Amino acid sequence: MSEPFAIRLEHIWTSFGDKVVHKDISLALPKGEILGLVGASGCGKTVLLREIIGLQIPNKGEIFVMGESLKTLSSSHGKRLRNHCGVLFQKGALFSVLNVFENIAFPLRELGIKDEEFIKRLVFMNLENVGLLAKDAWLKPADLSGGMTKRVALARTLILEPSLLLLDEPTSGLDPISSQDFVDLLSSLHRDLKFTVILVTHDLDILRDLCTQIAVLADQQLVAFGTLANVLACKHPFVQRYFHNQRAQRVFSYQAQPRTQQGQLNG
Amino acid sequence: MGDINNSLKNQPLLETIKQDDGLFQIRLSGDWTLNNLVAMPELIKGIKQSVNNNSSKWDLSSINILDTASALLLWQAWGQKTPANLDIKPEHLRLFALWPKQALPDMETPGFSVQSILTYLSGELTSATSQLLTFITILGQLLLDTGHLLRYPRDVPWSEISITIYDAGVRALGITALVGFLIGIVLSYLSALQLKLFGAEIYIIDILGLSVIRELGPLLAAILVAGRSGSAMTAQIGIMRVTEELDALSAMGISHSLRLVLPKVIALTVSLPLLSVWTSVAALIGGMFSAQNTLDISYQQFLLKLPDAVPLLNVFIGLGKSAVFGLMIALIACHFGFRIKPNTESLGNETTNSVVAAITVVIMVDAVFAILFMDVGMP
Ligand SMILES: Nc1ncnc2c1ncn2[C@@H]1O[C@H](COP(=O)(O)OP(=O)(O)OP(=O)(O)O)[C@@H](O)[C@H]1O
Ligand SMILES: [Mg+2]
Repeated sequence: MSEPFAIRLEHIWTSFGDKVVHKDISLALPKGEILGLVGASGCGKTVLLREIIGLQIPNKGEIFVMGESLKTLSSSHGKRLRNHCGVLFQKGALFSVLNVFENIAFPLRELGIKDEEFIKRLVFMNLENVGLLAKDAWLKPADLSGGMTKRVALARTLILEPSLLLLDEPTSGLDPISSQDFVDLLSSLHRDLKFTVILVTHDLDILRDLCTQIAVLADQQLVAFGTLANVLACKHPFVQRYFHNQRAQRVFSYQAQPRTQQGQLNG
Repeated sequence: MGDINNSLKNQPLLETIKQDDGLFQIRLSGDWTLNNLVAMPELIKGIKQSVNNNSSKWDLSSINILDTASALLLWQAWGQKTPANLDIKPEHLRLFALWPKQALPDMETPGFSVQSILTYLSGELTSATSQLLTFITILGQLLLDTGHLLRYPRDVPWSEISITIYDAGVRALGITALVGFLIGIVLSYLSALQLKLFGAEIYIIDILGLSVIRELGPLLAAILVAGRSGSAMTAQIGIMRVTEELDALSAMGISHSLRLVLPKVIALTVSLPLLSVWTSVAALIGGMFSAQNTLDISYQQFLLKLPDAVPLLNVFIGLGKSAVFGLMIALIACHFGFRIKPNTESLGNETTNSVVAAITVVIMVDAVFAILFMDVGMP
């Protein structure tokens, strides 16, 4: 039987100097789920994502990605694993010397694909998916607006349609319409490809419309993990403040369209 | 190892089945993802062959996962259309509907023509003149800032100046001493060989003293500082552009030239003469050391003869030269720093340009000094 969990964290401890960021975090995320990771600014969400990617090593604990322990992973094996893993960094992390087109085409070229027409079709398809115009393809990253940078980075992440997506605040800096487009795009892709997503977000609408699981980090620990309903029922003070303030209540009481229907409407 | 294969690599399969009616059925199954297909190019070849065979029925209904890229590959292999007899899951069929209506924009292909050469040349020319202009602007701004500081001494950026003196001066003491010492040894050794031939050993002091104090000390220090601190200053300003720190300063109404250029210029103008004295001393010690070993000229003899061999004026020429070197290195470093565009390539290019330009200018200024002071300070 193959591993049912896309990600398994076992007793993760992280600290920088004497500043403790993660205190014994354990979590198991089944394949095909969309996990929303929330927490206050600076509580260690980005650090946790970096640990899952293997860019940073926790002080204690073990991380399994697709059933493979990151500790015992050989380098060639790790490379294969990363091919199946798409990452969107908080600040986009576009290559500044390449224009938008080449940035998005980069993963394809790395795979060794030579067919220019193939690359072109795929790149423009992705560009359109994230809501950018064809003429934007010739701009350099420095000439993009903040939201455009996000979208280009998203297109680069999605172009290989990876089986595990790690997104660090994918919709921050996007206007509400684009943010809704992002939700639609991701849910339609998710329906077809059944990938697993971990996304860090502060956007309550996304938690409601997109995420099937929610994990809340507070006090250096995982204080709640489960479906939105489960998390809403949690009594931890941070969860109470986060999910039961007036704004959140407005968002969560307005459950007009369940997620799956909405995906079909737009898909 | 096994699990990653199971979970990520549900191999794509291509089977050709001959049906009872003599026609072929081509059955695709497994995970058709780009990652898998790239590892198995024979699959796409197989598809292309099957198309040529005019086989009649395509069965894609048992494909588990089909990603957009593989759908595009299939569609291209089919000759940019979907086959007439196709059995497929509806959610997969959607992927093939994308491509026919896709309008591809033209790629920008740079062509070679007389016009492109002309635009290139005129571009180079304007860039050269704009470089000159910005350099003059920086100089002018610097003068204005100096005037400002004379009227408002409270605004002098003391902390920046002292930090830069520490970084560019104090921390360069080790490397300049080492290089100076070694050059002194080499120079003294080479001269000794010649002087011995004429029995004029004692003139080693004249040769070493004059060349080191007047030329080599200042020049060595300047070249080392240009490579060491000039590049660092250019890169620092460039990174500030990339991270929008320059914009943040402007937004707070803080003048770039006052806060970034001026401290660097003052710091280098002050510290380079000191460094050049230090380098000269190290070179003379190296020379003395070598002279004692090869020519039996004692340290005492060397030190006693030195003031006669080298008039004091040379020390001042060396100091003045170094101050000008420091000024030019800092100005050039800042000039190229502000030219950096927010991308990594430009950062590398301009830093290189900055060091090359600084060293070239240092040597040019040195030549000018040599001509101006041709008859001054000779024994
Ligand atoms: N390399 C590092 N060295 C020292 N401290 C670090 C380092 N990286 C992160 N930290 C600290 O770890 C904490 C968590 O940082 P992290 O970037 O994960 O926050 P975050 O949850 O992503 O916040 P935000 O929502 O604002 O992006 C912060 O307090 C930060 O100062
Ligand atoms: Mg973060």
